[in-house]
Amino acid sequence: MSIFEKFEKIDRRFIFLLVALAVLTPLIFKVTMKIPISSPVKSAFKAVDTLPRGTNILISVDYDPASMPELQPMYRTLLYQCFEKGLKPVMIVQWPLGLPLSINTMAEVAEQYNEMARKEGKDTVVYGRDYVNIGYRPGGVAQVVGIGKEIRDYFESDYRGTPLDSLPMMKDIHNYDNFALLFALEAGSMGDIYVQYANARFGIKIILGMTAVSAPDAYPYLQAHQIIGLLGGLQGAAEYETLMKRPAFATMGMTAQSWVHVLIVLFILIGNIGYFISRRKKRS
Amino acid sequence: MHNFWVILGVWMAAFLTLAIFSFLYKDNPFYKFAEHLYVGTSAGYMLIYTYFLVIKPMLIDPISQEHQWILLIPAFFGVIMLTRWFPKIAWLSRWSIAFTVGIGTGLAITGSIQGLLVPQIKGTLIALHGWNGATLNNLLIIIGVIATLTYFYFSKEHRGFVGKTAKLGITYIMIAFGASFGYTVMARISLLIGRMYFLFHTWIPLIK
Repeated sequence: MSIFEKFEKIDRRFIFLLVALAVLTPLIFKVTMKIPISSPVKSAFKAVDTLPRGTNILISVDYDPASMPELQPMYRTLLYQCFEKGLKPVMIVQWPLGLPLSINTMAEVAEQYNEMARKEGKDTVVYGRDYVNIGYRPGGVAQVVGIGKEIRDYFESDYRGTPLDSLPMMKDIHNYDNFALLFALEAGSMGDIYVQYANARFGIKIILGMTAVSAPDAYPYLQAHQIIGLLGGLQGAAEYETLMKRPAFATMGMTAQSWVHVLIVLFILIGNIGYFISRRKKRS
Repeated sequence: MHNFWVILGVWMAAFLTLAIFSFLYKDNPFYKFAEHLYVGTSAGYMLIYTYFLVIKPMLIDPISQEHQWILLIPAFFGVIMLTRWFPKIAWLSRWSIAFTVGIGTGLAITGSIQGLLVPQIKGTLIALHGWNGATLNNLLIIIGVIATLTYFYFSKEHRGFVGKTAKLGITYIMIAFGASFGYTVMARISLLIGRMYFLFHTWIPLIK
């Protein structure tokens, strides 16, 4: 029995073990790699980074714990960027299970930022004045279209139940016209809905941060200039972290990701060589 | 006390993660327990969420506090959706479904044309001048669109020139599937990295 035939009969659990090792080793030994920046991420970063201070930006947090490793790093970095640049983010949630993630991360990043700001003598950020989370409401397409007229038709209050008009930052915000852009973090189809309704009807500029599974479907939007930037999966998040000069989980995870990719390519090659050898033997 | 609950939460999450991972070895009661717990918890969570974020603020409070009686109409349509459980009056639920389908179709048609079809056609009408990378990309896009559309054109037999173009179309589709699959692998590995990071950073702090 040749080595390739042995590989064909290998217990799949060995493969799982190898994948686990390929993930763990670079994480434990802190192996790093250079993160090349792709053009869709660069344009997304630039679009946010060049906004004037005080500009409102709508961030849609539409994912649940199953997509956290990919989208949470994007959300963290983006929020930090907003605070640092003096932008005013308004968080909106279209996935019920995304609300706790959106609130906790927002509070964590604000706390971290404020700690740093106090040390460096910068202005701290305050909820209601510098950032707001209007929470989750059902409605999907109808809501996305409705916000084009008046956000209060769907969100009378924020996630705490505070009326929007009581929040200083929200007083002059009524619809998409009051936001410079929409940064949508998407694990499902809400990204398509935003592009097809919010962008097409109301002309708001959109940047999509998507899970790697959905990212390929968003490239046609990018090519047709329906979105101005795209972050795809952990790679997109790592690129954004690199541009922000704040390497964190995504940057660390990309080494593990690359190691596993190499391993998978090896598995595919070995599997195919083994298949062709055994087929030739059967024929002869 | 706060720390105790945090630590308990981390240990529970670690146990459940390992219970789910144990399926990779073989099916076992720990996996089944975690799976059922997940289904039950999600259902319970969604129920509470729906009540406190939808039914209460959007129906009960406006009716009881602001006397918005008009909301009884959508409430009625919502309730009759439940008649599907009773075969004799199940036909009532069709009224609600008719509303949902009507609104959905109306929105989908406008969205598809205004937000997808027209901008995508515009996106395909791209310049082919000069000999550079951008022109080559544009040419590949145009050829890809025409070839893929030809593959889905079934009013003429796929022979001769049409057949060859359709074959090119299927090649484009296969490349797209390959790219999608690559991204899917990346997504799944990212989830594994996320869990490993949790286990060896938050639970057992091996990753600093």
